[in-house]
Amino acid sequence: MTDTATKPELRQIIDGNEAAASVAFRLNELCSIYPITPSSTMAELADEWAARGRTNVFGVRPTVIEMQSEGGAAGALHGALQGGAMSTTFTASQGLLLMIPNMYKIAGELTSTVFHVAARSIAAQGLSIFGDHQDVMAVRQTGFALLGSASVQEAHDFAAVAQLATLRSRVPFLHFFDGFRTSHELNTLDMLSDDDLRALVPEELIREHRSRALSPEHPYIRGTAQNPDTYFQSRETVNPFYDKVPGIVTEAMDQFAELTGRRYDLVEYHGDPEADRVIVIMGSAAQTVIQAVDHLNGHGNKVGVLQVRLYRPFPVEAILAALPESATKVAVMDRTKEPGAGGEPLFLDVTSALAEAVASGRRASLPRVIGGRYGLSSKEFTPGMVVGVFDELAKPSPRPRFTVGINDDVSMTSLDYPGWLDVESPETVRAVFYGIGSDGTVGANKNTIKILGHREGTYAQGYFVYDSKKSGSRTVSHLRFGPKPITAPYLINAAGFIGVHHWSILERVDVLRYAREGTVVLVNAPYPPDELFGRLPRGMQERLIELNCELWTIDANAVARAAGMGNRTNTVLQTCFFAISKVLPRDDAIEQVKQSIRDTYGRRGAEVVAKNEAAVDAAVAHLHRVEVPEAPASEVGMIAPVPAHAPEFVRDVTSVMLLDQGDSLPVSALPVDGTYPSGTTQYEKRNISDIIAVWDEDACIQCGNCAFVCPHSVLRAKYYPDTALEGAPATFQSADLNAAGLPGAKYTLQVYAEDCTGCGLCVEVCPVKVTDSGGRKAINLAPVLERDDARENIGFFETIAVNNRARVDFGTVRGVQYLEPLFEFSGACSGCGETPYLKLLSQLFGGRATIANATGCSSIYGGNLPTTPWSSNRYGRGPAWSNSLFEDNAEFGLGLRLAADLHERLARERLEQMRAEIGDDGLVDGILDNDQLYESDLSAQFRAVEELKFVLDGLEGPRAADLRSVADHLMRRSVWIVGGDGWAYDIGSGGLDHVLASGRNVNVLVLDTEVYSNTGGQASKATPMGAVAKFASGGKETLSKDLAMQAIAYGNVYVARIAMGADPQQTLKAFREAEAYDGPSLILAYSHCIAHGIDMAKGLDQQYLAVNSGHWPLMRFNPVLRMQGRNPFLLDSPRPRFPLRAYHDNELRFRMLKSTDPEGAERMVEYGQMQVNRRWADYEQMSNRTAAEFAADAKES
Amino acid sequence: MDLTTRYLGLELEHPVVASAGPLSQTLAGVEALAEGGASAIVLYSLFEEQLRAEVARDEQLIEVQSNAFAEALDYFPTAPITTKSAAYSYLSLIERSVKAVDVPIIASLNGADLGGWVEFSREAADAGASAIELNIYLVPGDVMMTGDLVEKRHLEIVSAVSDAVSIPVSVKLSPYFSSVGNVALQLVDAGAAGLVMFNRFLNPDVDIETLNTDAEFELSTPQEGRLPRTWIASLRNHTTASLAGSSGVESSDDVVKYLLSGADVVMTTAALIRHGRSYSRELVGGLQSWMVRKGFVSLGQVRGMLAVPPVWEGETVRRGGYVSAIQAAKARYGAL
Repeated sequence: MTDTATKPELRQIIDGNEAAASVAFRLNELCSIYPITPSSTMAELADEWAARGRTNVFGVRPTVIEMQSEGGAAGALHGALQGGAMSTTFTASQGLLLMIPNMYKIAGELTSTVFHVAARSIAAQGLSIFGDHQDVMAVRQTGFALLGSASVQEAHDFAAVAQLATLRSRVPFLHFFDGFRTSHELNTLDMLSDDDLRALVPEELIREHRSRALSPEHPYIRGTAQNPDTYFQSRETVNPFYDKVPGIVTEAMDQFAELTGRRYDLVEYHGDPEADRVIVIMGSAAQTVIQAVDHLNGHGNKVGVLQVRLYRPFPVEAILAALPESATKVAVMDRTKEPGAGGEPLFLDVTSALAEAVASGRRASLPRVIGGRYGLSSKEFTPGMVVGVFDELAKPSPRPRFTVGINDDVSMTSLDYPGWLDVESPETVRAVFYGIGSDGTVGANKNTIKILGHREGTYAQGYFVYDSKKSGSRTVSHLRFGPKPITAPYLINAAGFIGVHHWSILERVDVLRYAREGTVVLVNAPYPPDELFGRLPRGMQERLIELNCELWTIDANAVARAAGMGNRTNTVLQTCFFAISKVLPRDDAIEQVKQSIRDTYGRRGAEVVAKNEAAVDAAVAHLHRVEVPEAPASEVGMIAPVPAHAPEFVRDVTSVMLLDQGDSLPVSALPVDGTYPSGTTQYEKRNISDIIAVWDEDACIQCGNCAFVCPHSVLRAKYYPDTALEGAPATFQSADLNAAGLPGAKYTLQVYAEDCTGCGLCVEVCPVKVTDSGGRKAINLAPVLERDDARENIGFFETIAVNNRARVDFGTVRGVQYLEPLFEFSGACSGCGETPYLKLLSQLFGGRATIANATGCSSIYGGNLPTTPWSSNRYGRGPAWSNSLFEDNAEFGLGLRLAADLHERLARERLEQMRAEIGDDGLVDGILDNDQLYESDLSAQFRAVEELKFVLDGLEGPRAADLRSVADHLMRRSVWIVGGDGWAYDIGSGGLDHVLASGRNVNVLVLDTEVYSNTGGQASKATPMGAVAKFASGGKETLSKDLAMQAIAYGNVYVARIAMGADPQQTLKAFREAEAYDGPSLILAYSHCIAHGIDMAKGLDQQYLAVNSGHWPLMRFNPVLRMQGRNPFLLDSPRPRFPLRAYHDNELRFRMLKSTDPEGAERMVEYGQMQVNRRWADYEQMSNRTAAEFAADAKES
Repeated sequence: MDLTTRYLGLELEHPVVASAGPLSQTLAGVEALAEGGASAIVLYSLFEEQLRAEVARDEQLIEVQSNAFAEALDYFPTAPITTKSAAYSYLSLIERSVKAVDVPIIASLNGADLGGWVEFSREAADAGASAIELNIYLVPGDVMMTGDLVEKRHLEIVSAVSDAVSIPVSVKLSPYFSSVGNVALQLVDAGAAGLVMFNRFLNPDVDIETLNTDAEFELSTPQEGRLPRTWIASLRNHTTASLAGSSGVESSDDVVKYLLSGADVVMTTAALIRHGRSYSRELVGGLQSWMVRKGFVSLGQVRGMLAVPPVWEGETVRRGGYVSAIQAAKARYGAL
């Protein structure tokens, strides 16, 4: 399929990422890419367009190359630029930081390029994927010009302006716009046609760029090493080029205006020409300030805003020219934080420009300039906050430094501001929708935007807010429609329509916080209309009455079910919105929805279309207006976000975040160094599934498989004496223990009902089939009945003692079920393939584990606030977890190991030295001689160390204090380095290799989903050949890396390739061997994933197929065996019994290629089968070698 | 020696045809079958119903986790998935096969509704298929469906497809009609240019490791050739439509038996899987040797030699055959 460069529809509704990428792709020859939120979409689109054969405006199909990191992307880009190719990249945040070294080079060599950046926060006390200017400000010194867009339209337009300016000036450009706020906002814009772009960027400039390339036809060298005699002068040679940039950008903007009618300037002043107070600001927030300025000036004020578009080179002249002489007070607003600085960068730049101007006589007086921070990590910046800033400026002595938008009760920097100021046009329709992730609400809203936004004379905007969980997350959609372009880069505060698509949401958060007088409220409820009002929480009833809201209801789930659409309520609820929101005449609106259905579902056949259309009609028929009485009629309150017995921090801080009110938390409420309490998911009972696991105690054989694979740790087993059942609730389930040696003992498998996601993996793995039951097993999914009973049963279960670790057989899956998981109730996807491994890790070693976690899925479900899953046992011991970065995780983990080794050595030395003072040789020797291999050794060591600490507490002197401070290191510490394949195979590959080569005792667990799962499914070097992934839209054409074999080559690395769904026993063995091995260990754990395109309930079956088709052969390489003279290579899986095709056919990632490139798919599966056969033959051959045929550990000789 | 035969109006070099099966799922497979000596190749069956279900499933897989998490609003590139593109793989195989090999390529379709059958038949014809084999396979298990309805459904489909396309259409039918011969003749009346005898039903086994039923197909055994041969022999002199013997071909003897019974062509997948794709050549070689040994010079002399004559005291003879079979069995195994 080949799309030639065609003239796009000029009026479109797209987001900022697509707006920028559309121009970048069409004006470049090469895109060097790497995924990072929120910029990934730009790279994904470029890859897709290239895969479809789309060309740039010069008729060339751009090359899109994914690199192993942003550092790699910048390096390849630098090379391509030196080779003369028009090249670009897309990035953000840490990614941009990794590009810094090359940015200096590219700028130093005066090379034309544009980087497109969806500006994002930097990981400091915590990571944030959201938007601010910290990343952009971190590269302002590199020599790149910085051009900032404030809207989706500008992101499109400035991508072109920047391209022209970089070619004219030879100075590289960084074009940025606000992450999420602009990158993900859908808005109406006018697209530039290919002709526009060709007219704007003359080909002779491209040829000039090419002519500067390295070529053996006219050789020279670039990138010399320079000495004190010339480096300094050389650095100054570029000044004239930078001096010209503002003029060149102005010229480009003028040319752009002539072509399109859209006029921009380097800095733009808006407001009263005689303003006394002015705000200087960059990015999308400028639009907010403009709205507020118009409002204030309409109310007798004289204020203005100076929007800075070109930030580097800093356009001093333009700023001086634009800032009215009348301005006596100026607030410069930075969306960044520079701790310890005299002020933030824009503030300092503006201040110095003004000071110099006054000093040199160019300006008569120096206004009072104050600097403020706002909007970090996409913190809302509203018109009310702008008013707060102007109010501060109006004071005789405004604060020189301030923050706005937060409550800083520590440093007292924050300004007060009016709660809400509505400056929007009354013609703008504003609607807010509450949904649950993947229920179709957001998708339907995007569709609604397209329906309405494509109507003549209508402009649309959509912005979507997601919570931090990957399963059952809450979504809030903010939609605006109106007859004029919508420039409101902040959330809706006064909505004319509020749709609540799930009853459970209104029980937990205040859904009317966005309501105003007369808001139309639609509630999807399982109750008859006449009961609805009475069932609402009292607070909501009061607000409905107070605001004279119009209340509507429908049982959308029932309507959808009756229409044969299962749980897909999106069509029904979208219809309701059109029917009652009055955005269009009702009949017209309904027809629009039906037309959209025909467009969307037409390809699925007439039957599907008819079903959806019937659902539309049924929706209208079952939609009811509910009379709002004059007085509230309910005593029902909201569900408390956390229980009363939760720890103080959870009650005071976490619960506020859970209520969606984290914005109100003052600075003093939050930890100063990013340290948070462990194990807080246990207090957040999310109840996200209507169906949950139910245990059949009569049928159960107590094998432990279900508890082993449960990704959410909601299945807990205990055995106990029957006397413990005294006082058990009536519905508490129990069975005789099915094990020898414990007569009379009982067994319970407790389902943590409120935490169960209904994923069904437990059912899949259960080996029991109850006879005559229609396929029932010993654990089944069933609708939730009585949550109160479940709570009571769990409460009782928790009173039963946890089984003694020393009495549990760790060597079997059956035994492991009795070990307490210290990783629980994460927000991972329902049925996640990664989390069972982490839970196992926590069960086996959690009490003494330190975990370094690479950025990715596991750092998000493992460490994303408000609640986190790593927890502790009844002794308060549990995994200590930290995430450093994406790229450095192996090194970070090694550092933890080195520190632990140092302190263990110190502790042992001090212990020896203090033998006399301690006065108990038995205690000292017991500690020093205990090799801590078995659980009984470990518990003896634990007791001994506790005793030692008690003794030390009674001793005085620095040595005792020293030993006391490191005594805990006398417990054998288990250091784990955890991450996904994106880290292990790509960005962290070099570090991982080095750490494995270090010989140190670290345990590396790679949760291998064979794709970048967290950022949405981009190909990694683990992605198998033939799989379609983002950045491999045409199917990955190379084999995945055999990381196991690379590690085995060292000889002294323990290596295991495991797949829990194929052989849980081998998984268990591998974890225990890896941890016991005194050297580096690497476990590659096959993790089925939503990004494979599978039914997640069948994830374990797919693991079985992966192994038994030879795609993922199970093996272990144990250097200990080598030392014992045995073959260290153990092939653990049987010879493949299915063709590779059987595995491929079950996954959408492979099937996709069959439908777009059947020939390629065929070729790849055949070649893949050959590789499977070859690898299997190699492995078989290795498994038959002698010990001497493998590399030896140097320690052996 | 003349081994040529006519099947569905196509002139074939000899009567050994590769039947629909896993060997023709790829171009390389098709090429190997042609190289191995098959005189025509029936491609693997395209299951229209399955295709639609797969499209719906794939769309659902894409939707299920979309727009749920800020970092990953979706997990796949936005390739359009449609039944057309799902069938694209099959149509592309037809096109490529027709270009790559000299023997006729027959498309095999398995549909769920009339619309699907007709649409895909047209597309297969456009893609260059020489003929279409309708694999009418109604999964047994619906105990409410009457025999009458099953027959009616077959006739409707055959009639609609043969009206829609200009290339010949054959039907691969089941042996489990209450009157197979009559249904076969009705199908010819409805437009079928040929009959393939027979389709084999799925007989799932039980996997005691996974504790599941195992839906894997077992390859046919030579014994399974008896039933189709009986019906081919019965039909040969009642219709001019092409007759193909399928099932139970292991050696050239089985090929000969089919031809003697009246088959125009003999189809096999099992033998080619067991002995390799070039086994067609050996089957033809065996046939040739047999003909030499017996003194036949053309297939016309062999075909239908043992078919039931057109005017025949059928029941008496058939009954007689049954009685002699019983007697022979008694002699061999003792009293039954």
